[in-house]
Amino acid sequence: MGWLSGFAVTLRQIRRGKVTERFPFEKRPKPARFHGRHVLNRYEDGMEKCIGCELCAGVCPAQCIYVRGADNPPDAPVSPGERYGFVYEINYLRCIHCDLCVEACPTEAITETKLFEFSFSNREDAIYTKEELLVDDDGRARRQPWELWLGGEDDDTSAWMRATAPSGQAVYEGRVGWSGELGFGVRAPEIGQSVEEAKDEEAKDERGGQGS
Amino acid sequence: MTGFATADPLFSNGVDLTVVLIVIGKTIAVFALLLLSVLMYIWFLRKVIARMQNRIGPDRAGPFGLLQTLADGIKLFFKEQSVPTTADRKIFYLAPYLSLLPAFLAFSIVPIGGLVTIAGHQTFLQLVDIPLGILLLLAMSGLGIYGVMLAGWASGSKYPLLGSVRASAQLLSYEAAFGLAIVGVLIQSNTLSTRAIVIKQGWTGVESIVNGWYWLPAIGALFVFLIAAVAETNHPPFDLVEAEQELTGGFFTEYTGIRFAIFYLAEFMNLITMSAIAVTLFFGGPSGPSLGFLAANGWFNVWVLPVFWFMSKVIVLLFLTVWLRATMPRLRYDQLMALGWKFLIEFAFIWVMITGVVVVAKEQDWSMWIVLPAVIAGGIAIGAVLYASVPKTTELLEEIK
Repeated sequence: MGWLSGFAVTLRQIRRGKVTERFPFEKRPKPARFHGRHVLNRYEDGMEKCIGCELCAGVCPAQCIYVRGADNPPDAPVSPGERYGFVYEINYLRCIHCDLCVEACPTEAITETKLFEFSFSNREDAIYTKEELLVDDDGRARRQPWELWLGGEDDDTSAWMRATAPSGQAVYEGRVGWSGELGFGVRAPEIGQSVEEAKDEEAKDERGGQGS
Repeated sequence: MTGFATADPLFSNGVDLTVVLIVIGKTIAVFALLLLSVLMYIWFLRKVIARMQNRIGPDRAGPFGLLQTLADGIKLFFKEQSVPTTADRKIFYLAPYLSLLPAFLAFSIVPIGGLVTIAGHQTFLQLVDIPLGILLLLAMSGLGIYGVMLAGWASGSKYPLLGSVRASAQLLSYEAAFGLAIVGVLIQSNTLSTRAIVIKQGWTGVESIVNGWYWLPAIGALFVFLIAAVAETNHPPFDLVEAEQELTGGFFTEYTGIRFAIFYLAEFMNLITMSAIAVTLFFGGPSGPSLGFLAANGWFNVWVLPVFWFMSKVIVLLFLTVWLRATMPRLRYDQLMALGWKFLIEFAFIWVMITGVVVVAKEQDWSMWIVLPAVIAGGIAIGAVLYASVPKTTELLEEIK
C-alpha cells in the first residue's frame, strides 16, 4: 500500500504555496547580464555611437544583422567620426542573443537591454530597423507597440557589461569601461568577476555615486 | 415506507398545464445546473491541481478565473471545424450528441432536494422519479459507449479507432463491477427508485450518518463503486482512452471546435452524475440536519438546506476525483484489465453475497455474533480460491514464452 502515501504528497503541496507568478502583471527581477533586445546608443551630446564599421554584422553567428555605413554629411554629422550607420537592421527571428555583436562593437554603440517580451504576428515587425533600435532623446529604448513593458522596466535596461575584459582577463577593477551615454552618462567601473560577491555591496554604492 | 417506489405526487391529481410547465421548468433547471456544474468543476479541477503542483492555475477570466471554462467554450464554439475526408460524415456528426444525451439523461434520476410545493403542486426536487431509477443509470452509461465507439469508428483514422476500442473494452469490463456494487446497496434498500433510496436514508439525527446512510453497511460496495465509477467515466488514473502518449487524443482525436467541446462536456457531466449517484446511494442524497430554530416548513429548510447538503457531499466526492487525478499515474492497459476482472468483480461478488446473508439474518433475527464471522470467513475463503485460480500476469507471460 505504499502508493497511498502519494496522496499525502499532493495534499501537502497545497500548503507549500505556489512558486509561479502571474507573469505579465508580476515579473521577477532579471539578472544583471540578461540578454534582451538591442538598442543603439548615443553619446551624451546626442550623436550616434555607431560608425557603420559592420564588425557586429561580421561577428554575428546567426547573420541577423544588416549594416550599411555612409559618410557623415559635413554640415549635419550623425556620428562624431567619419562614417555612420546609414542602415541598421536586426532580424529577431534569427537573433540568438549571444551578445557577440556587443563584444565586437568598438564604440559601445550596440548593447542589449533586458527587454525580451515582444511578440509579433508579422515578419516585418521581427526586423527592427535603425529607427526602432536607436534610443530616444532621454537615452531610453523606444517602446514598440508589440512589446510588453511594465512601468520602469526600461530603467536599468542598457546596463552593459563585457563578458570578459578587453585584455582577456576577468579582473579589471577600477577601469571605466564606458564612454558617456545619453541619459545615463559615464558608467561606473565594473567589478571583476573573480571578486564579484565580495564587492557586490560596494559596487552598488559606487554606481549610485558616479551615475549622472 | 414500503419497498415499492414512491411516485412523484406531482402527477397524482392528473396532468394539467401547470404540471406540464413545472416539468419543463424542472428540465431546464436541471440542465442548467448540470452545465453550470461542469463549468465550475473544470475551474475547480484546474485550480486544485494547480495548487497541488505549486502553480496558480487559471486566474485571468473573471474573478479568480471563474469564467475561464466559459471563455474556452466560447473559443471552441467559434473555431473552424474540420472533418476528415475518410470520415463517415453522418455518424461523425451524430457521435458527440450520442455521448452527451445519455450523460444528461443519467442525471435526471438524481434527487437534488426534498419535497417542495410549486404553484400549489407538491413535487420532488428531482427531474424524474421512475420506479426503475437505478437501471436507467446503468442503461445510460451503457448507451454512452455508443458515442465513444461510433466517434472512433466514424473518424476513419487509426488512433481514434484504437482509442474507441480501448474505451468500449474498458467500459464493458467495469460495467460488471459497477452494477454489482450498486446491487450491494439495492439489497438493503429493497427498491430501485432513487427517491425511495434517499428517503430510506433520511435524517433522524447525527447517528444516521453511521446507521442511516448506506455507506457503512455497504462499505465494500462503496469502494468498488468509486473505483468503477472513475473507470466508467474515463478519468485518471483510468484515462487510457485518451492516453496522449500512445493515441494522441483517443477517440476524439479528429474532432475539433464545438464537437470536441461536447465530448469534453459529456465526460465531465458523467463524472458529476457518478458523484451525484454515489451521494444518492451511499450518503443519503439531500438528507442532512435542518435548522431547528426555523420553521420546519419554511422555505430555507425545505428548499435550501437539502440542496445544500446534496451539493456539499457531491463537492467532497468531486474533490476526491481531483485529488486522485493529481496523484495517480495512469495505469497500463493490462493493469487496468487485471484490476477490473481479477479483483473488482470478484470482490463485488463476494460483497453481494455477504450483504445478502446479513440482510436475511437481520430479517430472521439470527445472532449477528455468529453470522458476521461466518460470512466474512466464507468470503475470505471464496476470495482465496478465486485468487488462486486466476493466473497471474507473470505466469501468463511465462506461458507465452
